[in-house]
Amino acid sequence: MKQNAKQFRFSSGLKQLLLPLFSLVLALALGYLTMLLMGYDATKAYQSLWQGIFGSTNAIAESLVQTTPLIFTAVSYALAFKAGLINLGGEGQLYMGAVWGSVLGSRLSGLPTWLHWGVIFAAAFAGGAIWGAISGLLKVRFKASELITTIMLNYIALEWVSFCVTNLPFKDQTAGAAPRMPAVADNVKLSLLLPRTRLHSGFLLALLALLLYYLFMWRTTKGYELRVSGQNPNAALYAGMPVKTNAVLAFGLAGGMAGLGGIINILGLQYFLTEGFASGLGFSGVAVALLGNSQPLGILLAAFLFGALNAGGIRMQTAAAVPSAMISMIQGIIIFFAVSPYLFTWLWTRLRPDQSSRSQTLQAPPSSAAISLAIAPDQRKSEPEEKR
Amino acid sequence: MQHATEQATAAVPALQMKQITKRFGHFTALNQVDLSVNTGEVHALLGENGAGKSTLMNCLFGLYGQYDGTIYWEGAPVKITDTQTAIRLGIGMVHQHFMLIPVMSVIENVVLGMADNHCVLDLKAAARRFTQLSQTYHLALDPWVKVEQLSVGQQQRLEILKALYRHARLLILDEPTAVLTPEEVEGLFDIVARLKAEGHTVIFISHKLNEVMKICDRCTILRNGTVAATLKISQIRDRKMLARLMVGDETDLDLHESACSVGSQALLEVKQLSCRGDYGQLSCKKLSFAIRPGEILGICGVDGNGQRELVECLTGLRQAETGQYLVRGRDLLNCGARQLLKCGVSHIPEDRLKYGLASGMNLEENLILADYPTPAFARWGWLRSGRIRRHAQTLCQRYRVRFNSLKQPAAELSGGNQQKLVAARELDRQPELLIAVHPSRGLDVGAARFVQNAILTMKQKGTAILYIAGELDEVLEMSDRILVMYEGQFIGQQTRAEYDRTQIGLMMAGTPLS
Amino acid sequence: MEGILNTLTNFISADFRTAVPLLLCALGLVFSERAGIVNIAAEGLMLIAAVSAAIGSAYLGPWGGALLAGVSGLAGALIFAFFTITLRANQIVVGTAFNIFAAGLSVTLNRRFLSGMTVTGYSLRPIPGLSQLPILGDLLFNWQLLVYLTFLAVPLLQFMLYRSNLGLKIRATGEQPRACDSVGIKVNRVRTGVVLFSGILAGLAGSYVSLGQASTFIEGMVAGKGFMALAVCVFGNYTPIGALGAALLFGAADALKYRLLTTALGSYYQFLNMLPYAITVVSLMFLSRHSNKPAASGKPYIKE
Repeated sequence: MKQNAKQFRFSSGLKQLLLPLFSLVLALALGYLTMLLMGYDATKAYQSLWQGIFGSTNAIAESLVQTTPLIFTAVSYALAFKAGLINLGGEGQLYMGAVWGSVLGSRLSGLPTWLHWGVIFAAAFAGGAIWGAISGLLKVRFKASELITTIMLNYIALEWVSFCVTNLPFKDQTAGAAPRMPAVADNVKLSLLLPRTRLHSGFLLALLALLLYYLFMWRTTKGYELRVSGQNPNAALYAGMPVKTNAVLAFGLAGGMAGLGGIINILGLQYFLTEGFASGLGFSGVAVALLGNSQPLGILLAAFLFGALNAGGIRMQTAAAVPSAMISMIQGIIIFFAVSPYLFTWLWTRLRPDQSSRSQTLQAPPSSAAISLAIAPDQRKSEPEEKR
Repeated sequence: MQHATEQATAAVPALQMKQITKRFGHFTALNQVDLSVNTGEVHALLGENGAGKSTLMNCLFGLYGQYDGTIYWEGAPVKITDTQTAIRLGIGMVHQHFMLIPVMSVIENVVLGMADNHCVLDLKAAARRFTQLSQTYHLALDPWVKVEQLSVGQQQRLEILKALYRHARLLILDEPTAVLTPEEVEGLFDIVARLKAEGHTVIFISHKLNEVMKICDRCTILRNGTVAATLKISQIRDRKMLARLMVGDETDLDLHESACSVGSQALLEVKQLSCRGDYGQLSCKKLSFAIRPGEILGICGVDGNGQRELVECLTGLRQAETGQYLVRGRDLLNCGARQLLKCGVSHIPEDRLKYGLASGMNLEENLILADYPTPAFARWGWLRSGRIRRHAQTLCQRYRVRFNSLKQPAAELSGGNQQKLVAARELDRQPELLIAVHPSRGLDVGAARFVQNAILTMKQKGTAILYIAGELDEVLEMSDRILVMYEGQFIGQQTRAEYDRTQIGLMMAGTPLS
Repeated sequence: MEGILNTLTNFISADFRTAVPLLLCALGLVFSERAGIVNIAAEGLMLIAAVSAAIGSAYLGPWGGALLAGVSGLAGALIFAFFTITLRANQIVVGTAFNIFAAGLSVTLNRRFLSGMTVTGYSLRPIPGLSQLPILGDLLFNWQLLVYLTFLAVPLLQFMLYRSNLGLKIRATGEQPRACDSVGIKVNRVRTGVVLFSGILAGLAGSYVSLGQASTFIEGMVAGKGFMALAVCVFGNYTPIGALGAALLFGAADALKYRLLTTALGSYYQFLNMLPYAITVVSLMFLSRHSNKPAASGKPYIKE
């Protein structure tokens, strides 16, 4: 038993880094194969992908631009996940934050810049937080599965955005403008970090958000409470933690993070909100959080990987005529393998079927930190009992 | 030596298991176990928790798929790799945790997965056959009610009928009495007798000696995954012998008990406490008791007589309906777990993995679970990591928790060390009142003694202790006084000087002392 | 009078048109949900199937489109099943990844195989005799083959789920896999089978999006229909009949939108679009207590 534990420790430590790397390599290989099969010049595609990521200052800047919102949506998922909740509503929360942020960003232009920023960020955070907290409330009050409610709220938010960009009082009334909301005031636009690139100081805010996420979750008592609830809701009850309030709080904070991601993309990049400006960011954030194992550093690396692939994908499309959508496919494959640590054990038993004890492999505890993804707390407590 | 006594019977063994070995990873749960069960007998499988009884039967029922050794069924060697094979051979098993689907009807549960089902189910015909069968065994059950509406005893009957419906000739009953009320136990014994009369073979898993003595013909005793002995019940003269075979030679691990002064003023007073159980039934009925500082009060009773609900009320996990809960005169009824912890109530929970630990978090974090918001570990909402680390270091050392790193998840510790971790956390708080539930469950003797001694140390320091455990012996050994709980009430009490097992046993079965 | 009737038939046929892919996909989801598999990959499955159907139709005709859609749904479900059941990865996570994967794959396939191709949609197959009936004939008996099949499948699947041996096994697997194991049911085999089945249905549903509602493939045209199907499944309380009702209700909301687009309220159509989602959320508030949601939903089964 003891040795078992040791083995497992070793492997989980290793998996944290090895598994994502292995998944990346495997996904790139599969992507290569797919491109060959479809008759694309795969080598050239990957060359231009690389160029698009690291080829120039501008390329690197562009990778970081793509990384920025992913960090926010990933933190949004990770925060809820650490508290034992599944937040698939990052996209909706992001849009809600962006809407309310840009409503205030385009008005109140008389305010001093720092105050205006404060107001905008507060509004964006609140917009996302309220949207997230709805799911939390529905969960604790009505036991409604947050899995469904967050997805549904995504679509409601999308429709709301669609309404806002086409209807008064929110739409941009400039004559001849495409459906969009009015641009934010010039003074609140985020400054560029590198001249002649699109890299804006929102990236630094994303790093700050990661830092705050870390400090909150691992250094405060509230964060501790949330993590205990996520790990074992019964233990949280046992210690007298306000489990229900905490669930709503976690959803609110998660939503707020996504909302900040939305407004920062507007203030730094878009300047005005259009329909679908952040399409796919919510679910990509989920993927990034999973790949990064919900750890701050992991999220940073994973967000950069995904952001870089996105940025490089655009270059790939122009230079090698391979659709940039290919990148999403590769990203999907990365996650497939990255979240299946059981793969190795499985392969091992397949390759050595004569190894008498197939059941041995079934001992791999299903609840390693790396594996225990997204299992809702009420489900987790009835997980298989301890084995002798 | 004991083996020699057994070959007298000429009956054909219905089942022989030879040299069965089963490993989980590096842990050998069964080591070359032999078991021989005759046709038409009730054969007991005895042993402590973790001796390998259930593992052996799971092998027999094909739940593991893989094992070493040979099984002979009615003389012929068979390989049982899945439950379907076992069922086809005529083996039926009633698991300790029922394998029933609550939201489905009785009859749906009965026919589920049967090999000779047609594509379209004819539940009515099945229900007729089921009713007939249940009448044969005097086990009336309505085939159309949902299982969730059945009582535990009825569910068990359903499990037995389910096996019989599949033409089982050998029935494995895995600790069938653990969940039953005394009357239901009697009912079960009748059923077993009837099964035997009908020519069925029964394997009866238990660790309760009196049950075994009452209904079994022979017994096989397992200890640490090996066979300690196989005996005829009629040859057993001395229960002590049986007990010794089960637990091995007298262990010389004594309790470090020394005289200590019990205070005179009650520290804990519970008055007229009533609460409801999970299904709205009144499970604690106006309970009143008191514990003085330095006193251990034990609560005995068959599981399910309200002990769990009582503990949950006292620890803030369940709302009480009425009553008073005074700790040093302060009424703490329904004031929440946090407040209770603050007022010096500690709780070693029944199920350490379910309540006591966040097993994915590391040792440091688990050790502050009860006191994380106090100034010792937090300031202005921020955790004080240095103090937390030092605290963990001291505690793990003091309570001899074996670990690799304080940053390793608690899940990686062995069961014994996990329990020590929980005990360390709860005892080190210097509680006024300690509520210890099954503190030695699933631990080896050494670890169990360690935890018990730690509790005794608390007693010397003047903590009032409420002690609840599954084994009567353990409760008697630890407590200065016991209360017997039956159907949500205290039916009697004895002090250490008066302990009388027979009387306590009678009270646990619902007979008050006149 | 004539006008009202006309409006009504238009309304109902618009309702059906929206409801069919939702219903078809939801029927598969009902089964996989009941077996304990939360399949949010439905969105991606439909998307891949929609493009596959278009490709099949462009190169081989509508039948080829249907075939390719079914096969692609099956293949997608196989991937999902491999990771969630064989490798025990979390279903929601794999579903999310699958949707990202599918979004990429569908666009790539579209750009590679469909540029400049003409796609033939499913043709209407009026039922001889019945389609001549006044009003009802055109409303109920003048549809594509897949539509008839979808509606016929509802009672059939309802019967199968509640009255057949397989249906009992499927329901039991979602409730208490260990109990199933103890009576000799191969839990993971049942689950895999059900996921594959739901994959085929999601595939056909996807094909109706590109070949039934339209005769072309547009990137992102599935636009949440897979998730909506999930909502249909939940709102229909995990039964085929319930899914039928839910799908028709959601379809009605959509049909209402098209009616309102031409009126003064037209610019507020987004609120009508929200309706199905809002209904689902509200229904969850009241249904969760009497829900048929299986107890072991979303948990991988690990045999001891």
